[in-house]
Amino acid sequence: MTEMTGYLRPDGKVGVRNHVLVLATVSCVNGVIQRISREVPEAVCVPHAFGCGRGGPRDLQILFRILSGMVHHPNVGAVVLIGLGCEVSNTKNLSPLIKDCGKPVEILNVQECGSLKTAQKGAEAARRLLNDVKTQPRISISWDKLLVAMECGGSDAMSGVTANPAMGAVSDWIVEKGGTVIFGENTEMIGTDHVLARRAKDEQVAEHIVRMVNRADKLAHDIMGNMAGLVISPGNMDGGMSTIAEKSMGCIFKGGSTTINQVVDYGEPPTEKGLILQDGPGYDGDSMAGLAASGAQVMFFSTGRGTPAGFPTLPVIKVASNSRIYETMKDDMDVNAGTLGEGKSRKEIREEMIDLLTRVVNGQKTKAEVNGMDVFTFLTVHPPF
Amino acid sequence: MNDNVLMIHSRDNVAVALRNLAPGEEAKGKGVAGFKVFNEIPASHKIALRDLGPGEEIVKYGEVVAVTTREIKRGEWVHTHNLESKRWKK
Repeated sequence: MTEMTGYLRPDGKVGVRNHVLVLATVSCVNGVIQRISREVPEAVCVPHAFGCGRGGPRDLQILFRILSGMVHHPNVGAVVLIGLGCEVSNTKNLSPLIKDCGKPVEILNVQECGSLKTAQKGAEAARRLLNDVKTQPRISISWDKLLVAMECGGSDAMSGVTANPAMGAVSDWIVEKGGTVIFGENTEMIGTDHVLARRAKDEQVAEHIVRMVNRADKLAHDIMGNMAGLVISPGNMDGGMSTIAEKSMGCIFKGGSTTINQVVDYGEPPTEKGLILQDGPGYDGDSMAGLAASGAQVMFFSTGRGTPAGFPTLPVIKVASNSRIYETMKDDMDVNAGTLGEGKSRKEIREEMIDLLTRVVNGQKTKAEVNGMDVFTFLTVHPPF
Repeated sequence: MNDNVLMIHSRDNVAVALRNLAPGEEAKGKGVAGFKVFNEIPASHKIALRDLGPGEEIVKYGEVVAVTTREIKRGEWVHTHNLESKRWKK
């Protein structure tokens, strides 16, 4: 087995990248982020649609958890935080949540010097921090330092047959080595709560699972009414899936078959090791942000219809469920799990994926990283006002 | 290399067609051999690995995903016409 290396953070966590993150606190400053991005393309620049205009305890909790989670993210070595000044998640309100992150954080506010000067100062700070983080050496790391996320999106009828079982085999392997695996997408657990609950570490985790899945089921019905049945859609049925339980089994199989040790809230870091569930939505962009804020350093992402989506601070490894989409979107795909139906065994593809994971941890870029296919958006429960 | 069905879990009593299957052709996959496809089965749909009685549980991923509504023969197409959800009855 190849040695794995990463960057040790002051909180004891380990990053597999050493990014300089340039993060907006609110959408009003997105133009500043874009200017910095053009001047310093090596920095990971993250504009977004949030930061103000929403109230309510749940939306505020998520907003602060995700933005501070980006700053704390183990793959981030230093941060340039660009604020406006009068927004809800302004740099003053974010400060208590990020002051113990132990990494350099430069804070700039547009209302103090205007957009152009902020962009200029931000670009200078990003360049300086990039030089600083370059001097940090990689250290040898073990599997117990890794939190690997499993995601599926743009799924087809083969996602649950080839790609997700392959990812499940990888999940089981990582857990056996002492690592941690996390997956969310509670909508795609509907109909399998009894299966997941049976695998829970204890009664408390089992109850948490059932509560989470029931709520996802209720939400689907509240929002979609009689159309909630479309959670298993005519397209799913054309693809050979007959029941919601069958469809959901194909989704949860990506987490493997080990004991479920904890259910964490959306964007919440786990305190247990082994297999973890996240109470998060099925929408890919929102789900990825929640998994990243939980501290995942790397992600496997299965797709059969094909999506190029990556995440700003995470290497995302794309697993194609069929050879056709692997060939069609070769520039976006890292693994072809379609080979499972073409003579390759699940063990062979698992070994191939673990070998790739090791190389990605050690710095090899995934296709989504090479192509810069970053998606950054996150869950909100109420419309803006 | 000539597999045409894929069994996902060793406990399963159905497998998944890897391409469109025609009646009379041999079903072949890891852990699957020795019987013929009974009727037309579209790619990614399920094929019964043994005879199933009415009301019998259909196991895929090693878990019950549905129950049969009538007798299903080994090699037969398994879908909404001959099964129902165990929890949400039609």
